Amino acid sequence: MAKPRITEALDKLSSKKPIKYGVYSTAVIIFFALILLPPILGIIIKWNTMQQVLIKPELMSRALTAVANSFTIALFVSTIDVIAGVPMAWLITRGKSKWLNVLDTLADIPFVVPTAALGYSLLLFWSEPEGISSLFGSSLISPGWLLVTLLHFTFSYPVVVRVIVGALLDYKMEYEQASRTLGAPPLAAARTVTFPIIKPSLIAAFILAFSRSISETGATIIVAGIIFENGPVFIQKITDDFKAVPPRIDQFSYQGSLAFASFVLIVISLIIFGIIRILGPKLKLPIKRIWPTFERKLSYSKATLSRDSVTLLIFFAIILAPSLFVALPAFEAIFTETLPNAILGVSIWSEYWQSLILSYSLGAIVTVFNVIIGLPMAIIVARRKAGTLTSTVLDLLVNVPLIVPSIALGVSLKFFWKETFTFIPEMLLLIFAHLAITYPYFVRSMSAAIERIGVDTEEAARTLGAKPLGVFRTIILPLTKYSILSGAIMVFTRSVSETGATLAVVTTLRTAPVVIVDWVKQKLPVPVTPLEIGLGCGFLILFSFIILLALRLIVRGKGRY
Amino acid sequence: MQQVCLIRTRHRAKGGLTVPDVRIVNVTKKFGDIVAVKNVSLHIYDKEYFSLLGPSGCGKTTLLRLIAGLIQPDEGEIYIGDRLVNDIPPEDRDIGFVFQTFALFPHMNAWNNVIYGPKVKGFDMKKADTIGHEVLDMVRLHERLDAFPNELSGGMIQRIAVARALAAGAKTLLLDEPLGQLDAKVRNELRYEIRRMSKDLGLTAIHVTHDQSEAMAISDRIAVMKKGKVLQVGTPKELYMNPQSIFVAHFIGESNFLEGYVVNENTNEVSIEFRGGIRVSVTNKTVKRDDRVVLAIRPEVFIIEKGRKKSKNSMLGSVERVTFEGTNIRYEVRLENQDLVVIVKPSLVGEWFNTGEKVTVSFSSEKTRVFAYPDVGLREEIAVE
Repeated sequence: MAKPRITEALDKLSSKKPIKYGVYSTAVIIFFALILLPPILGIIIKWNTMQQVLIKPELMSRALTAVANSFTIALFVSTIDVIAGVPMAWLITRGKSKWLNVLDTLADIPFVVPTAALGYSLLLFWSEPEGISSLFGSSLISPGWLLVTLLHFTFSYPVVVRVIVGALLDYKMEYEQASRTLGAPPLAAARTVTFPIIKPSLIAAFILAFSRSISETGATIIVAGIIFENGPVFIQKITDDFKAVPPRIDQFSYQGSLAFASFVLIVISLIIFGIIRILGPKLKLPIKRIWPTFERKLSYSKATLSRDSVTLLIFFAIILAPSLFVALPAFEAIFTETLPNAILGVSIWSEYWQSLILSYSLGAIVTVFNVIIGLPMAIIVARRKAGTLTSTVLDLLVNVPLIVPSIALGVSLKFFWKETFTFIPEMLLLIFAHLAITYPYFVRSMSAAIERIGVDTEEAARTLGAKPLGVFRTIILPLTKYSILSGAIMVFTRSVSETGATLAVVTTLRTAPVVIVDWVKQKLPVPVTPLEIGLGCGFLILFSFIILLALRLIVRGKGRY
Repeated sequence: MQQVCLIRTRHRAKGGLTVPDVRIVNVTKKFGDIVAVKNVSLHIYDKEYFSLLGPSGCGKTTLLRLIAGLIQPDEGEIYIGDRLVNDIPPEDRDIGFVFQTFALFPHMNAWNNVIYGPKVKGFDMKKADTIGHEVLDMVRLHERLDAFPNELSGGMIQRIAVARALAAGAKTLLLDEPLGQLDAKVRNELRYEIRRMSKDLGLTAIHVTHDQSEAMAISDRIAVMKKGKVLQVGTPKELYMNPQSIFVAHFIGESNFLEGYVVNENTNEVSIEFRGGIRVSVTNKTVKRDDRVVLAIRPEVFIIEKGRKKSKNSMLGSVERVTFEGTNIRYEVRLENQDLVVIVKPSLVGEWFNTGEKVTVSFSSEKTRVFAYPDVGLREEIAVE
């Protein structure tokens, strides 16, 4: 079949240098203009207001304590995540039971549950009388730092497991087999050969868990309680104080606190990320000493059975059961008048449905934008289109929004866009915020997929007469279409779950996670019952699950790209 | 001063009796519905250099991995020395394994790769050091002990991989296509070096390859495999001179296969008629009158002469193609009955023939093999894919 004329014309145009570089330049300009610079400029704009915090030692101390809490929990949780995630990933990839496929799927469940719903589920499970506390007569874990730590462990655990499972599946088993044939028992083989080789993935898993913990806002607000504050909770409480009638904090202190906390969060995050990036490759795992007898004992029978049992116990008791506990009130609500009220949109449900529609529409819009502006950037990064040095720098910069706490990003974006362009509609601001947060997920996923396609494949197409756009259309796109879909899924779920940046940038629009947080914190004039919150969370989980399942079914078994 | 040679001492500790060192008894391995190894039994003797030879997918690597304990058999028993090793993990089987991809640990330099075995086996550092230096001397790579795998050439990587397997002190060396990823020239040099080291250290070596010339050059004995089964075990000479099946005749060296029917049988000889009425007589006791048979004749067995000559087992034809291969000249001759035969003659001995030339080809009846025509057809029988 002949190529349509328009395609042919576009193909021809794409070989013209100004057009080619125009596309790439536009992608880079959009990245700087919409993703990278606004948060930085936002902080700079409000630089002066930070003095308001500096001259109030109490406020500054509170802000610094909150930020310190954020990093302490993030570092602790990420470390525990990797320690607990490795045996789980090992069990999933190396175990022989047919039930491991089920376990593999179950491990993804907390990933599917939007974090606001997850937060409420954990609150019910650990603190409320309906949960495990019913066995003890009193609240087992009260809202506060311990529950926040548990929450962060719960939602970052599946991410860590997924990354390590991927690394172990990609890992060339022959290294480990070689080690075994040379006399190493399984534990020594894993410790001295497998883990040093997959070390980059362990570091990546740590960074992802760390950034997720630093960024999480909605669920943290739900489980933080009255006294405990981390960075995002502090920012939200200051915002609540300012919005209260009458305000409990003046405008300058409010803006100063937000700018100060966001600035410190962003700077320390970047420093920690930089340190990990520089020191990570130099970090040597302890492999020089080998204890053959001791490691042999730990490699077989009782030791491995104990390890697997503890791993499964942690997963089911600390991750899965608390994550799904919200299903109980949701199920209970079905047999009361809560369900008909919800379906008919009575009272609070009218706003709930609107927020749900907003969340999913926003997720869809942000996903489409990401595909359009992220694809050229992914090609630049993967194929070093901007020269080796510039492309490497861009590669690094693309990660920045990933490690910047989302509420801090939201605060900076609000400062930038609302101060500079006062007329900007709130919906657009929301799109920009979600775009900034989700952009790295798509670009990272796509650039990795493009890197997997050999350059020679593209060169073969060029030598056969294909123009640059033709190569993209006929080679890159077909080979990466399922990565585009997976990247889109990540962007969509991240956007639907996002609370921190949303809370920071909007005043009237409310997404579903924001509504859930408000319900749990009883911020509405009418009281919201646990059954209503449970059902609200249930719908959110159900719809997210259906959408993800549909997308997963499309992606499933369609090749490695 | 007499140098202490730990690696040799350890390898030779068990003495030199010719007894089975590796025994495979009725071993079967399935992957889902695919039977990779089907009821295989083999004895590999102490200090023997033994090759598993066959086309891709014939089960030779699976068999080697079963011996190493990297996978478990579904049925059957595997013995290394006197021990039944079915339930013994790889690290306790006392084997050295050289992988096709070499699998040098990328995060360790050559030295740390080599002394990994002694370390994980709990040797003290002094002893591990001595062994490390000895094996690096053997593979002549002492000067590159600080190099990481990505800094070494293919040949060097291969030698380090062998050194690493030797340093572990195993008595049985398993090699999975260890030369498959190397250039032809390096491959030819290293194959003799591996055999020499194995023999010097008195190891039992099991070498997997799909390259029959490699297997013929280095092996004491070869097992030819096809579709998970061992078809024949023998010395290279036995396999070449006396193949027991059409596949072995085809896979070991080269053979011309001529189809025909037995038209007459005597005490030791049978007469076979090819299409076109060509009749030949060959030595054979296994086929009977009216049997459909395949006659296998090696290319160098043919005698080729100019013009029409009358002799026993002679056929007329014309030279269709001549290929100069250096040592040999290869002729493709179209017989009168339109069958094509390949004839190879030394290039520096005897006369040469030109394309289009009428020739008579003949062969000695003792140097051919007669097989019953296979049920699956000749093409399927000799297929290697």
